[in-house]
Amino acid sequence: MTNPRSLPRTADNLLLAAVGDGTRAEFRGVVKDYGTNRVLHGVDLDVAPGEFVSLLGPSGCGKTTALRVLAGLEQATEGSVYLGGRDVSRVPTNKRDIGMVFQSYSLFPHLRVIDNTAFGLRRRGVRPAEAHKRAGDALDLVGLGHLADRYAHQLSGGQQQRVALARALVTEPRVLLLDEPLSALDAKVRVQLRDEIRRIQLRLGITTVFVTHDQEEALAVSDRIAVMSAGRIEQIGTPEDLYLRPATPEVAAFVGLSSLVPGVVSHGVATVWGQALPLQSPLRDGAVEVFLRPENLRFVGPGDPGIGAVVHESTFLGSFRRTVVRTDDGHLVRLQHAASDHVEFGDAVRIAITPSPVAVRPRPTSTQDDAEA
Amino acid sequence: MNGLAPRPLTRWIIGIVVGFLFALPLVSTLLFTLKDGDGYSLVHWTSLFDPAKAAVFAPIWVGLGNSLILAVVTVAIVLFLLAPTMLLIALRFPSFRRPFEFLVLLPITIPAIVLVVGLAPIYQQIGRTLGTGAWTLAFAYGITVLPFAYRSIQASIDAIDVRTLSEAARSLGADWFTVVTRVLAPNLRPGLLAASLISVAVVLGEFTIASILNRQVLQTGLVVVNKIDAYASAMFTLMALAFAFLLLLIIGRAGRPSAGKKNS
Amino acid sequence: MTSPDLVAGPDLDRVTSPAVPEPTAPARRGAVRVGWAWLGLVPFTAYVLLFLALPTVLAVGSGLFDDDGAFTLANVAALGDPVILTTFWNSAWLSLLTALIGAIVGAIVCYALLGLPETGAVRTMVDAASGVLAQFGGVMLAFAFIATIGLQGLVTTFLMDGFGIDIFANGPWIYELPGLILPYIYFQVPLMIITFMPALSALKPQWAEANLTLGGTSSGFWQHVGIPVLAPSFFASLLLLFANAFSSYATAAALASQGSQIVPLQIRTALTSETLLGRENLAGALAFGMIVVVAIVMWAYSFIQRRASRWQA
Repeated sequence: MTNPRSLPRTADNLLLAAVGDGTRAEFRGVVKDYGTNRVLHGVDLDVAPGEFVSLLGPSGCGKTTALRVLAGLEQATEGSVYLGGRDVSRVPTNKRDIGMVFQSYSLFPHLRVIDNTAFGLRRRGVRPAEAHKRAGDALDLVGLGHLADRYAHQLSGGQQQRVALARALVTEPRVLLLDEPLSALDAKVRVQLRDEIRRIQLRLGITTVFVTHDQEEALAVSDRIAVMSAGRIEQIGTPEDLYLRPATPEVAAFVGLSSLVPGVVSHGVATVWGQALPLQSPLRDGAVEVFLRPENLRFVGPGDPGIGAVVHESTFLGSFRRTVVRTDDGHLVRLQHAASDHVEFGDAVRIAITPSPVAVRPRPTSTQDDAEA
Repeated sequence: MNGLAPRPLTRWIIGIVVGFLFALPLVSTLLFTLKDGDGYSLVHWTSLFDPAKAAVFAPIWVGLGNSLILAVVTVAIVLFLLAPTMLLIALRFPSFRRPFEFLVLLPITIPAIVLVVGLAPIYQQIGRTLGTGAWTLAFAYGITVLPFAYRSIQASIDAIDVRTLSEAARSLGADWFTVVTRVLAPNLRPGLLAASLISVAVVLGEFTIASILNRQVLQTGLVVVNKIDAYASAMFTLMALAFAFLLLLIIGRAGRPSAGKKNS
Repeated sequence: MTSPDLVAGPDLDRVTSPAVPEPTAPARRGAVRVGWAWLGLVPFTAYVLLFLALPTVLAVGSGLFDDDGAFTLANVAALGDPVILTTFWNSAWLSLLTALIGAIVGAIVCYALLGLPETGAVRTMVDAASGVLAQFGGVMLAFAFIATIGLQGLVTTFLMDGFGIDIFANGPWIYELPGLILPYIYFQVPLMIITFMPALSALKPQWAEANLTLGGTSSGFWQHVGIPVLAPSFFASLLLLFANAFSSYATAAALASQGSQIVPLQIRTALTSETLLGRENLAGALAFGMIVVVAIVMWAYSFIQRRASRWQA
């Protein structure tokens, strides 16, 4: 396994590097139509054994559909899905040996937590005593062994999702599929649970596909991220790859909090506010829109290259500030800067871009508004 | 996408079998009304307008008239006694909601035939003071429609946040009368309408209380006429059922404002 | 989002004795400002007291007094009379039979409707038709059944002319107790549809999908998840259907113009004749007996229903 990890090396994932056995999951040219509506336009994705891949994108981009095709809950119109090197496109869901966690409401209401967790084992013919023991172990893994006798409606949202996770994992499936498992939860619970999911995944070495619309979530837990838009994968890469080197405007717009300002490309250099900046990917000459990341903008003195602006709003976020300014040429731009630089509404400032490669896209001739990405 | 749903074929089979069995009595009644000797014709239907037979149908017309008056009075009770009380509880006494709900669902537990045993002496007194007109039955009918009307109105009250709306209106300077009539009532219209229509349907179909208390309403009229002219009662049965069906269809449509929750 | 509810479930059991409704809260000495609000509750309270509480008390209580106003248990004891017991027994088995058939057929129809859009043509029509037949049909259903399987009914003559089958060879059962079965089923099935459909609709597709991903089969789903989850609601609806049939008067009154084989008809007889079985005020005792039965059933119904609805959230 050679993929760089987003979590630092710990005992868990060192162990995993030694074990390294999991199931490969592949999408090959998956197309999905609902009647005349094409929802997936030929998705290709290769998830290495033990890898944690996120499908990231806005609502309606097809990420959940893709996951459900892999699970067998939907049938691909064209193309196929592979698990462990075998074509499982025609294999029904209950024979694919997968574990799936849904967004909500998936625990059976009439069963206690322990019976919910043991459900998959019992369906496979495991004896009740053994099933209960293994379910208990799975619940311990997610830290809920003490709630084994409760019912779903007695648990909080976060607890329910942990049980759902234990239930999905106890059968030792070949691949773990998670369909926005954290979207229905409180912000704080979300952060805790996502780290826990990642820890457990590393410990077990299970191949995982995770669907989310929250870019921070995807960046935090994934080995690689596939950014989707309108039924297509725009880019696949490590979190750093996507953040620093977005391949398409859709990716740049979705990952990060960029502002968009007009500029000009000439001979491989983008000119914005009198500053010359290298391009991340080459583009022919012409009018462009430039993506500026908040952390790449700074305040400068009156004589320096850059542009004047007036502070529109400024938000204190603890260790840093995010300030939105309106530049003299009328665009709203977002900066991230030290909390000690205290600015207020109405202040006149001057901003510049730190010299670093920028992502650009050709400027559409009609729109004049700047869209904040 | 509901993975639990049955196959279309299953739906059709069940639908056709059950539909046939349930249509049978209605179709039979219709064919019955069309019987003319050994053949079929509309002779019975046209006799509705025949002045010579008017005396036979009289109990039905009288009963229908009474039932309509009763419907109006019952709806008045629902709109001007029940609904304001429900609003008052929603606004001022929210802790009463559960006991109130229990109270209005009681008539389901107390069968009409039991209630009427106790209503008999009460209506004797009413007969002495307000007369023995059929309209006084509306007081009893208001009770029997309580569960149905309550559900419709409460659903509407829950769908709009009455407290916030009235607080907003009050903060803008409205007095309570204005709040109720100009802010709350228009928003409660679907529930009030549904409650009214259901009350009309219940009143038109009521038999037990009217019959034991010896008043003439539509249903008692049907029973009386049935002994003389079975065709008449059959025709009116069909018309009344069709009318009630239309009423409930309208309720079903009226109760679908944009504020409905959807299951995804 | 569910909020933690780690302790007991929702408060059950507000039902004590439905025969006597709970009194309204006593007027507290509050600020004068809210005095008028309490006043607003008076009209409705008076109305309910006069036309619900009072009749119920009179109905049930009258069984405890004889014509001279003296307290007596004779009427209540009369409930032990074989004739009366038979009547209660008849009501019971008729209600149970029609409730069972109504519940099963109704559940099947609900299953056929599963997944159809609530605002679509089929659902709205079935809902309206069910509403009409379940609640408002009484007398009129009796006429419709006479037209169908009465002595001159369509199906009767069809069977006679077509196949030589005389369904009334052993007597005109349509006007006797067995004749009530079919009309009762006719309004029990729609009531079941109205009552049970919400429970069936509350089955979450996520459960079916989770079952599949865990390796279960479709039939296994119904066996291990669907039916266990639906069972309480089904049973609750069954109880409701039982109470509904037990309380029914109109259809029976229209079909059996004399005779009193079931309790509601017996009450009619008790009310219209001066004495029944040589006792006065038997109607009150019968009402009392009836309320006890229905109240117990309805209490059980609401108890189960509230537990089941926790799973439907």
